[in-house]
Amino acid sequence: MDIFLLEAVVNGILLGGVLALLALGLNLIFGVIDVVWIAYAELVMCGMYAIYWLYAVHGVPLFLAAPMAIVFVAILGMLVHKLIISPILGSAPINQLLATGGLLFFLQSFATLLFGADFRNIGLRLPIIEIGDLFISFARLMAFSVALLGMVVLWLFLKRTYVGTAIRAIAQDREIMVLMGVDPKRVYLITSALGGGLAGLASALLVLQYDVHPFIGLSFGPITFMICVLGGLGSMIGGFVAAFIMSQIISVGGFYTSIELSYVLAFLLFIVMIFVRPQGLFGVKS
Amino acid sequence: MLEVSGLEAGYGSFRALHDVSLTVAAGEAVAVVGPNGAGKTTLMRTVSGLLGRRAGRIVFEGTDLATVPPHRIVELGIAHVPENRRLFPRLTVEENLKMGAFSPAARPHFAERLEWVYSLFPRMRERRAQVAGTMSGGEQQMCAIGRALMSKPKLLLMDEPSAGLAPVIVDQVFDLVRRIRQEGFTVLIVEQNVRQVLELVDRAYVLEVGTIGKSGTAAELKSDPAIREAYLGI
Ligand SMILES: Nc1ncnc2c1ncn2[C@@H]1O[C@H](COP(=O)(O)OP(=O)(O)OP(=O)(O)O)[C@@H](O)[C@H]1O
Ligand SMILES: [Mg+2]
Repeated sequence: MDIFLLEAVVNGILLGGVLALLALGLNLIFGVIDVVWIAYAELVMCGMYAIYWLYAVHGVPLFLAAPMAIVFVAILGMLVHKLIISPILGSAPINQLLATGGLLFFLQSFATLLFGADFRNIGLRLPIIEIGDLFISFARLMAFSVALLGMVVLWLFLKRTYVGTAIRAIAQDREIMVLMGVDPKRVYLITSALGGGLAGLASALLVLQYDVHPFIGLSFGPITFMICVLGGLGSMIGGFVAAFIMSQIISVGGFYTSIELSYVLAFLLFIVMIFVRPQGLFGVKS
Repeated sequence: MLEVSGLEAGYGSFRALHDVSLTVAAGEAVAVVGPNGAGKTTLMRTVSGLLGRRAGRIVFEGTDLATVPPHRIVELGIAHVPENRRLFPRLTVEENLKMGAFSPAARPHFAERLEWVYSLFPRMRERRAQVAGTMSGGEQQMCAIGRALMSKPKLLLMDEPSAGLAPVIVDQVFDLVRRIRQEGFTVLIVEQNVRQVLELVDRAYVLEVGTIGKSGTAAELKSDPAIREAYLGI
């Protein structure tokens, strides 16, 4: 096999890890609260700025700045739920889309106000690893590994703990949760914190590879959303599989054509899938 | 133990229950019977907090349930086996049982109660890792009862546990309910199967379109000519 093609495949897998993390966060929120956070990738942007601000501006070491950013975005997630979602929970889906869509513009403008529209880099150069003829970016490899680790930890949490089991149960029968002694409001808030935390983790991994600017969310938001729909909205396994399909299309497609065209290809697949299998790969027909 | 007085409840502008009063004493088994749409399920849902009351009082062991948030009612000792079982279909049997022990008071006793539920329903032990939605109706009913028992309730509400099951399985379910009685639980049960349920309860109330009609001991109702004609087909 062509070494460059191999490199594209490997990079596709590595990219898939972070995309899967983002898709998992969005799916978790959708599955439990039945709301799509349109501004999800903008939370990632907030986390990236937080790390930039802590590390590049104030010299906080990365190993401290990253957890702080995760907590920060988790709190943002809870605020999004408390201030925006919770008051309109019972209203029409279109209102919820408009509200979180409004948040997207708000966060973009707010970031521009604070940091300007410049591209900011934390200025950390990580090595390139050579395996035979293959060149792999250490930042990407680390992002992939940590993303996988994060997903395993989340999976254990959902599988082992009472609250985790309640999070999986609530999507299956919302009403009956009260009989189990579960306060749904509390589960929603915890889920929002988890969703925010996942965005925070993603931000720590992405800031090592990309410059941060107020519109960075647009590079990840639409593709994350397409992944979730492709996998079946609310299906965590579906999102995981779809993330790796999409990342291969982007990476290998980009290798054969251009990176712009590869996004067009990904979008085409998305459109075709919507017609062929609207419930997504792993979705249940409603 | 449970005192319901002057209860009114409904959906939107529709009044499903009005002026319903009943009592259940500790150790008793009491049935609520009545035609379809009489409001039996509504009554159970109002007691367990799934539905708000419009008027009247529900007092459980001296606590007015109006003062307790719905998700705290199970901690007081009321567990509800809902109509149509309502298991979490994609969770395993054991995870469903775990949800029954969610409340902080129940969690430390999870392992011992799980053992106890498995000894009551050995079939559930065999099926512990099976996804609940793929089990037979009778097995699902056992799981739903087991889930309610995981909170070790003082009062067990059961809404038509025999509904939708084959006749042989119906007999098994009634045997289960009998065993639960023998374990010392206080039971308030709704049933369409009037003949069988009157064999196993101490007293019964007849709910007719939103309000209590007749009530009495099981023996009295079994010999009541109107009841015999309407519900026992004699
Ligand atoms: N969610 C709801 N919204 C509106 N009306 C409802 C709702 N649930 C029940 N009702 C109405 O309330 C009345 C009482 O219903 P309920 O389910 O309590 O009766 P039931 O005695 O349990 O009947 P069944 O024997 O069929 O289970 C019925 O007229 C029913 O149509
Ligand atoms: Mg009913």
